[in-house]
Amino acid sequence: MTRLPDHTERKLGLVIDLDTCVGCHACVVACKGWNTENYGAPLSDQDAYGAEPSGTFLNRVHSYEVTPETGAAQLVHFPKSCLHCEDAPCVTVCPTGASYKRSEDGIVLVNEADCIGCGLCAWACPYGAREMDAAAGVMKKCTLCVDRIYNETLPEIDREPACVRTCPAGARHFGDLGDPESDVSQLVAARGGIDLMPEQGTKPVNKYLPPRPKDTWEQTDILAPFLTPVADSPQGFLGWLDRALDRL
Amino acid sequence: MHPSPSVIIFTTLSGLGFGLMIFLGLGAPSVTGWVAFWFYLIAYVLAVGGLMASAFHLGHPERALKAFTQWHTSWLSREAVAAVAALLVMGIYAALAVFFGLRIPALGWLGAALSLLTLIATAMIYTQLRTVPRWNHVLTPLHLVSTALAGGALLAGQVTPASVLLLAAGLIQIGHWSVGDTRFAEAGHTLGSATGLGSRGQVRAFEPPHTGPNYLLREMVYVVGRKHALKLRILAAGFGYALPLVLILVPGAGHVLGGIAVISHLLGVFASRWLFFAEAEHVVGLYYGARV
Repeated sequence: MTRLPDHTERKLGLVIDLDTCVGCHACVVACKGWNTENYGAPLSDQDAYGAEPSGTFLNRVHSYEVTPETGAAQLVHFPKSCLHCEDAPCVTVCPTGASYKRSEDGIVLVNEADCIGCGLCAWACPYGAREMDAAAGVMKKCTLCVDRIYNETLPEIDREPACVRTCPAGARHFGDLGDPESDVSQLVAARGGIDLMPEQGTKPVNKYLPPRPKDTWEQTDILAPFLTPVADSPQGFLGWLDRALDRL
Repeated sequence: MHPSPSVIIFTTLSGLGFGLMIFLGLGAPSVTGWVAFWFYLIAYVLAVGGLMASAFHLGHPERALKAFTQWHTSWLSREAVAAVAALLVMGIYAALAVFFGLRIPALGWLGAALSLLTLIATAMIYTQLRTVPRWNHVLTPLHLVSTALAGGALLAGQVTPASVLLLAAGLIQIGHWSVGDTRFAEAGHTLGSATGLGSRGQVRAFEPPHTGPNYLLREMVYVVGRKHALKLRILAAGFGYALPLVLILVPGAGHVLGGIAVISHLLGVFASRWLFFAEAEHVVGLYYGARV
């Protein structure tokens, strides 16, 4: 059913801490590893060992450079996967009913047996969260590891998405963002979690925690004032050279 | 967006085919027998040929029947339903006209309405996408539908409607280009809003996720050919609208000039449709530093 549910009982999703992410891509590898051999068609690669390798990924880590008005530039590693939007535009455009949003937990899924591979859902997604698998001809997307989180054959500690389970920095959190008392909701409230491209009106469930402000020099050490050796005007030989060159 | 040949061929030929169906359904020209046979053959070859071409870009064409189920939410599904309904109704109308010399106007009007609905549904598939600001406004359906109607009138040999529609469609085409050129900036999508980091400073894409290309880049971050955009626009406007208009207004223009007008229109619309996709910028390009 491509009609979005009026209400979902829970809003399962991810909270991604841009302050903590070190850009190691472990989540990308864990995601590909789990999802290539579980839910649906494998995540194929093309020309994997050739000159122009390409493949299907449900999670990719970008890196951005942010240059503030004053101060040093900052590098922000930016993992991006399906945001399981409340107003998911990818679901309503689907002509076959293969794309759907679950009313019980809000997870957006693709029933691959119904997918005709038209690609319109990928066009409708502003975030690039859906990728057509070149080998299987069906649309692949993050399932929030629906085959892990409810899987009672796994130890309880493993019943979370593979990307969250593997993150060595603790930059990824999984939980119910519809429950204001949940750990993830409180984290979002405490850290001022944000939506990506809110002007698209998609109401993403996944939230991003912005990087925290960097330390400033004043806070470094009480000895810091004694550590300012830089002379604006050169002295000694360099000073003579500077003056001599000026006179030329 | 990637200007996939199958989608360009589909929207161009099907547009023309359903445009012709509308005029045949309205009884302009009012034809029966062999003349009707040739008219309907052309309309069906264009419309069905276009639909077949569109099936080629599917990953699983064998499941295409499922696309008729979600008409209550999906414009693509509505298009499929409307197209088949139009082809069926017009098929009955055409068979009666060809084999029995019988025209049932009400059936023709219904077929024309369904054909128009098909054109609108096709246009709405693109118009609905907020992710492609160049398409996401009212001129997109006006452009696609008016061009299809102009082509239909041209094929149907309706000189007065064709000249009015060619002029209107040509002006709407120019409007669609000029409005489209500023839509991305007006929509306010930036790398800052895409990453949520814009309030902290100037955001620049430092490193893409992978060194190789991917589906998103191939499908939605297509940039090749934009340097010829202006030349192609002039060719599209000239061949698609201006030249056919001049040709059909030549006094005593017969089948030869009419035929040249149709071929010119078709070439122009192919160029226009290529630009429609190649110039359309998807917001996901922001994440790859491709929309500055």
